[in-house]
Amino acid sequence: MTVVKTIDYKNDGEFHEQLIKEVLSAYPEKTAKKRAKHLAVTQDGASDCGVKSNIKSIPGVMSIRGCAYAGSKGVVWGPVKDMVHISHGPVGCGQYSWSQRRNFYVGETGVDSFVTMQFTSDFQEKDIVFGGDKKLKKMIDEIEDLFPLNKGISVMSECPVGLIGDDIESVAREKSAQINKPVVPVRCEGFRGVSQSLGHHIANDAVRDFIFDKGKEEPEFQSTPYDVVLIGDYNIGGDAWSSRRLLEEMGLRVIAQWTGDSTLAELERAPKAKLNLIHCYRSMNYISRHMEEKYGTPWYEFNLFGPSRIEMSLRAIAEFFDDQIKENAEKVIAKYKPMADAIIARYKPRLEGKKVMLYVGGLRPRHMVNAYEDLGMQIVGAGYEFAHKDDYVRTTDYVKEGTLIFDDVTQYEMETFIERIRPDLVGSGIKEKYATQKMGVPFRQLHSWDYSGPYHGYDGFAIFARDMDMAINSPSWGLFKAPWAKDAAPETMAAE
Amino acid sequence: MPQSAEKIIDHTQLFKEPEYQEMFARKRAEFECRPSEEKVQDVAEWMKGWEYREKNLAREALTINPAKACQPLGAVFCAAGFDGMLSFVHGSQGCAAYYRSHLSRHFKEPSTAVSSNMTEDAAVFGGLQNMIDGLQNSHTLYNPKSIAVSTTCMAEVIGDDLQAFITTAKQKGSVPQDFDVPYAHTPAFQGSHVDGYDNMLEGILKHYWIDATPTPDDTINIIPGFDGFCVGNIREMKRMLDLMEVPYRLISDASDVYDTPANGTFAMYAGGTTAEEAKAAINAKATVSLQEYCSKRSLSLCRDKGQETVALHYPLGVSATDEFLMKMSELSGKPIPAALELERGRLIDAMTDSSSYIHGKTFSVFGDPDFCMGIVTFLMELGAEPLHVLATNGSKVWAKKMKKLLEASPFGTRAQVWPGKDLWHMRSLLMTEPSDFLIGSSYGKYLERDCKIPLIRLSFPIFDRHHHHRFPVFGYQGAIRILVQILDKIFDELDGQSNVAGKTDISFELTR
Repeated sequence: MTVVKTIDYKNDGEFHEQLIKEVLSAYPEKTAKKRAKHLAVTQDGASDCGVKSNIKSIPGVMSIRGCAYAGSKGVVWGPVKDMVHISHGPVGCGQYSWSQRRNFYVGETGVDSFVTMQFTSDFQEKDIVFGGDKKLKKMIDEIEDLFPLNKGISVMSECPVGLIGDDIESVAREKSAQINKPVVPVRCEGFRGVSQSLGHHIANDAVRDFIFDKGKEEPEFQSTPYDVVLIGDYNIGGDAWSSRRLLEEMGLRVIAQWTGDSTLAELERAPKAKLNLIHCYRSMNYISRHMEEKYGTPWYEFNLFGPSRIEMSLRAIAEFFDDQIKENAEKVIAKYKPMADAIIARYKPRLEGKKVMLYVGGLRPRHMVNAYEDLGMQIVGAGYEFAHKDDYVRTTDYVKEGTLIFDDVTQYEMETFIERIRPDLVGSGIKEKYATQKMGVPFRQLHSWDYSGPYHGYDGFAIFARDMDMAINSPSWGLFKAPWAKDAAPETMAAE
Repeated sequence: MPQSAEKIIDHTQLFKEPEYQEMFARKRAEFECRPSEEKVQDVAEWMKGWEYREKNLAREALTINPAKACQPLGAVFCAAGFDGMLSFVHGSQGCAAYYRSHLSRHFKEPSTAVSSNMTEDAAVFGGLQNMIDGLQNSHTLYNPKSIAVSTTCMAEVIGDDLQAFITTAKQKGSVPQDFDVPYAHTPAFQGSHVDGYDNMLEGILKHYWIDATPTPDDTINIIPGFDGFCVGNIREMKRMLDLMEVPYRLISDASDVYDTPANGTFAMYAGGTTAEEAKAAINAKATVSLQEYCSKRSLSLCRDKGQETVALHYPLGVSATDEFLMKMSELSGKPIPAALELERGRLIDAMTDSSSYIHGKTFSVFGDPDFCMGIVTFLMELGAEPLHVLATNGSKVWAKKMKKLLEASPFGTRAQVWPGKDLWHMRSLLMTEPSDFLIGSSYGKYLERDCKIPLIRLSFPIFDRHHHHRFPVFGYQGAIRILVQILDKIFDELDGQSNVAGKTDISFELTR
């Protein structure tokens, strides 16, 4: 990746170092020692952000992370629309993740699409005692009977499955042969790994082992030199669509979309692409690397947040193709530039200089940085729930010197950082949203786009700019202090 | 270009634009390998029929779209109702993240719980060290007055023993010896969130009552149960009891912690039943539960301590509120004040004003067992007819009780009761035997879309409408609010059916 020039600024590294000391002092000694490795301040020229990552969370500190099941069912497999995804185990995991990741799709739910449904084996005590394999077999028969248009079934293991010694692989093999459709066993029990991240990896491996080279041939499929796959876009609020549109306008043919709004056929067809375009590196680099090794397909990590990155990405993607595509990329950029400029002209004066803290999953805390900067906003702090070292390396292309970095942040650290830095905007998740807002700090959910979106592409940038403005400049921030209150109220006015 | 800086459109409009519609059609035709439109429509039609319904109802293994959650969610909710009590969920970390998100999405409030963050090694060696470290960290960092430990299914499957673990952790100095750490085993593979509430409550009371001998006084304990409307309901309950001057004590009061002000600081703990109150609760002369299915074990514990117990079923509407107040009056010896009788009169007045719009309308209902009983009682008082009453976490015993309740009214004769069924069953029921309206949680919106039956959101969780839980559904005032909510839906439907100018607007009347 490369750096894109947006705006110049430096963060107060000294103050951030001080803050790190301050939060660490609140922990028991052993815990402070562990947490110290996850907090750092960026230095110019350093090869990464200076934090350790992808390490077990510490008990009792209120990590914000989820589990492998969330990474596999909630992220990678759940959006595949014409397959039925079984949450295999007790009722809760499927219930809490039901319809919560806004994987938009087109289809007739319950008939030919199943994304916003909750299929669960609802384990009871007897299933724990005697095992759930028999039940799983019966469930697959019932799914076949009741949902004849399903194209396949995935089995998302919840914690007990791996603990009671069930053999879902053999059930899957037997039933897949019987129904002549893929039945994909996924060992994403929540206790595996340290976060959602291992769930992504396990889910990727399941695609490799149970989908690739297993489907029916598509003799009618005609390859073209412009075939690409859009990988690692889960179509939150329609992101994959506003991205796809630009790729198509460039003259590329998106033969598969992974996995937002995708079908089984699109999963199966992917190895036929000339280039894999990967949006969420963290959750799908594994399968992209596999396709590179096995099918020789190159992959490229692109970023369609904000005009600076869009321009860079479209040009970089075009580099993989002929002059026609390069010319098309320039045309697309030229076509949308007036709109992007108009959006910046409208919102930059309202957002310029505002400070932003980001804490999201494994991608957005870096990918969104330039989009904020396109609007004149500055990133003071950033952290990931489940990033690995390579993500923190990539992050250096985005953040400025002195940025506060927090890996697997705890609720306590997050609250303290917000309280002391008093950013103008925090972008994070539902668990962080309401506490932050009560502190008088504007907030946007950056997992779900706070029920808005899309944010990708030019169409999405407009919505992004609008949303950040409405979060920061809402008149309610000015009403926190009762006019009769004598004491100086806490500093609550984020908006002028 | 569909988008512009002047008029920014988001997903609700953007994807209806021709550029996107054409792209969707192209994607479908060239890359998706979908069944033909005709085939999809055939199957969709088949799914609406009686044959499909029979197949669907014959399911033995598969659960689809259940209206229930797992035990620890109830435990976390229950502990949130105690002053300064931090929930500590022993097991996999993802679970705690899920409970917090789930509660936040409903209340639009922060929801806190720590986890012992057990991973693969803990699955092999047990989670004792996680408990030891976790209690120390959470105690140091979040400064709670007490920590309530519940379990995820992981800890239950590997058989972690909470009592022994907590004792050991205390010996190791994780928390002071006298620090309150009530606990409950809350296996997700038994019962549902209502049982988790009960188990946690029982655990908390047992903790505070250990070694204590009751010295009966004249107070009455009230157990509200798992209630998505706790904010409005508990406050309304308090108002009524204060008017009556009943000496009462709420056991698990989450009305403040799920409704903290935006004033510049975040309060992790806010209000709730104090340790002193919880301890003193052993002395109450009676314990009244507003939801029997959330409190069976807890009430049994109260009975063991010599208390009289009363189990209600989410009292909604006239007679259920009457019963509640009369019971409180009987237990306390305090008369029901004129002010409440006045409120009652106003409710009846509102009901008579609007009855003709509700009378004979059919309603299907889903939710927790007690909620179903409460809302059905009120519907029948309004002259409405329940059609399908479904509780995924309802037992056969519940179904029997429910049927008895329905049989007692001429308006209940058409109703069918569905214990243990899910919302995909409900879909078939509504496709084949539709009702005019549907009452339930936000999950009902898929039924509303598929079956074209308007949904009234009155049970947990409500994710897609804001702040309803801030207003009570309990009491006479709460009943008026439910009445208005139902009426609004009915009137909107009437207008919606008659609002095309020159075509259907004959009945588009100004006064209704």
